[in-house]
Amino acid sequence: MKKSIASLLLGTALAVTAAGAAFAQDKAVKIGALSDQSGLYADLGGPGSTLAAQMAVEDSGLAAKGWKIDIISGDHQNKPDIGTAIARQWFDVDKVDIIVDVPNSGVALAVNNVVKEKNGVYINSGAATSDLTNAQCSPNTVHWTYDTYMLAHTTGQALVKAGGDTWFFLTADYAFGAALERDTTAVIAANGGKVVGGVKHPLNTPDFSSFLLQAQASKAKIIGLANAGGDTTNTIKQAAEFGIVKGGQKLAALLLFLTDVKAIGLETAQGLNFTETFYWDMNDQTRAFSKRFSEKMKNGAMPTMVQAGVYAGVRHYLKALDALGGNPHDGVKVVEKMKSMPTEDELFGKGEIQPNGRTIHNAYLFEVKKPSESKGPWDFYKLVGTVPGDQAFTPLSESKCALLKK
Amino acid sequence: MQALYAQLLVGLINGSFYALLSLGLAVIFGMLNIINFAHGALYMMGAFVAYFLLNLGGISYWWALLLAPIIVGIFGMILERTMLQWLTGLDHLYGLLLTFGIALIVQGVFQNYFGSSGLPYSIPDQLKGGVNLGFMFLPIYRGWVVIFSLVVCIATWFLIEKTRLGAYLRAATENPTLVRAFGINVPRMITLTYGLGVGLAALAGVLSAPINQVRPLMGADLIIVVFAVVVIGGMGSIMGSIITGFALGVIEGLTKYFYPEASNTVVFVLMVLVLLVKPTGLTGRAA
Repeated sequence: MKKSIASLLLGTALAVTAAGAAFAQDKAVKIGALSDQSGLYADLGGPGSTLAAQMAVEDSGLAAKGWKIDIISGDHQNKPDIGTAIARQWFDVDKVDIIVDVPNSGVALAVNNVVKEKNGVYINSGAATSDLTNAQCSPNTVHWTYDTYMLAHTTGQALVKAGGDTWFFLTADYAFGAALERDTTAVIAANGGKVVGGVKHPLNTPDFSSFLLQAQASKAKIIGLANAGGDTTNTIKQAAEFGIVKGGQKLAALLLFLTDVKAIGLETAQGLNFTETFYWDMNDQTRAFSKRFSEKMKNGAMPTMVQAGVYAGVRHYLKALDALGGNPHDGVKVVEKMKSMPTEDELFGKGEIQPNGRTIHNAYLFEVKKPSESKGPWDFYKLVGTVPGDQAFTPLSESKCALLKK
Repeated sequence: MQALYAQLLVGLINGSFYALLSLGLAVIFGMLNIINFAHGALYMMGAFVAYFLLNLGGISYWWALLLAPIIVGIFGMILERTMLQWLTGLDHLYGLLLTFGIALIVQGVFQNYFGSSGLPYSIPDQLKGGVNLGFMFLPIYRGWVVIFSLVVCIATWFLIEKTRLGAYLRAATENPTLVRAFGINVPRMITLTYGLGVGLAALAGVLSAPINQVRPLMGADLIIVVFAVVVIGGMGSIMGSIITGFALGVIEGLTKYFYPEASNTVVFVLMVLVLLVKPTGLTGRAA
């Protein structure tokens, strides 16, 4: 009897050691790219984001070190319930370690909770709401690329300082629009401006003429577009039709992506000022990456800043895993490692991840070129100014993130 | 008050798209008994054909107004010949499912090649600019859309309700065997009618190309509303769908002014109300 107990103990000890060894050598990773694959945000994220994640895996060189990295993608259709259902299935059934992209702030916030509950990793690049690293921050979440605070403090602030002191908002009626309007309103007020009115329009509205007429009647100097994707392109196009810019009012495209400018066409979009954190034609490295990216896209599109953010985020995640020596399948642990390492990649340059999960990197003020200035099918932007990351994003002193109170 | 006039006019503009699209649907349903869910995809194809004509062939908007409906109409007739005709006499559900599937395939193919944000199409030079009406700045192009679609709607109504050809058509729906006995080629007439309905959708697509983006999903976003319009107007009623199209555009415009959050649900609320009171729709006759 004694002997059998001894052998049992020995067996257990061996099993524990074996498990420990397996833990150290676990080099399997599963990445889930969750996005709007076919709706109004599909071009700025969507299949391009999945491609960006794939390129990040290839460029990481981890396969040569014995890592096995799989990528799956899902379509959240801009519906929070569908997004969370996919996220749950990915964690429970498919054993996904990390979810990336997730445009649409409504879906992004919902998925944020699921990732925290399942202790996965969440690198959001597509969503705008600054709440992801503020009131609703999570130890499992890193927010790359941009947020509403940054948009408000770059484009918004520049316009108010240039004399645009009265604003009328056209706001997409969901989490993102509300956050962007809130953050921009704070900037307007802080700089002595005033919001004279606004309308909340449903997501994915084909016709903005009613709303534009209200904006026109408000006589506000600036019409702030707190919407995105197809909504923004339709607004800008129809504003031109109704002679809004000719009438002396200025459009503030608070959030504009490369693919939006492509869709509007330079003829109508020229002169718009806006902010992005990545543009394909910044330097040799961004051009080289973008060329590779574009060659793999079905429609030859250049990467948007969201897709670039997915690439950079996945690269940094894989660097952290490599530094850990294996995949611990513990989201909090991996994100802590990611925060402890400075970020550096070809697309966003040097930066850091703050304790609240916010990635800090430069933001750039751009102006859309005139058709005569454009030399190629994707040659759209002129660089107007650079805002250093620490001025563009929420200062930690203003953040309400619970992670900062330790 | 001035703002209200402006909203009424804007509503009328949107109404003209609803009217053109629901007219096509009504023609197809009335004559072929098919619930054409592919209508939105065909509308989208109209806009894309206009885009291709301009960018690949250098063919202007004006020619596109004529050519795009013909090209897409022919595509529609091929669909009818190869697929839809086999559904004659079967339950509506089969036609609905088939056309819905066609819509998904067509949209998927376009999305695969052109993405989802769409392509730019400029307003033709002759219709650029606008006039100040005192209460609003009316873009000339929008005014053109209202007048042109009104003319097309009335012409279509006249063709079906007041001409000999229209009489044949209506008779063929009522009793195909008898009409055939008079030596009229009923299947060909049905094919042409489907082509006409599809052409109307494509025409609406060309009209909307300069206003909205030329996007693969432009029809999918609109088609549900248009179906509500057809249901409210009464399935298969030509005049009913024209009037309801314009009226709902106006009601939607007013909602955008008074309570914008509800602007994309108001049509469905109305649909429920109408169905509760008059299940056949406002102008529909009992089956």
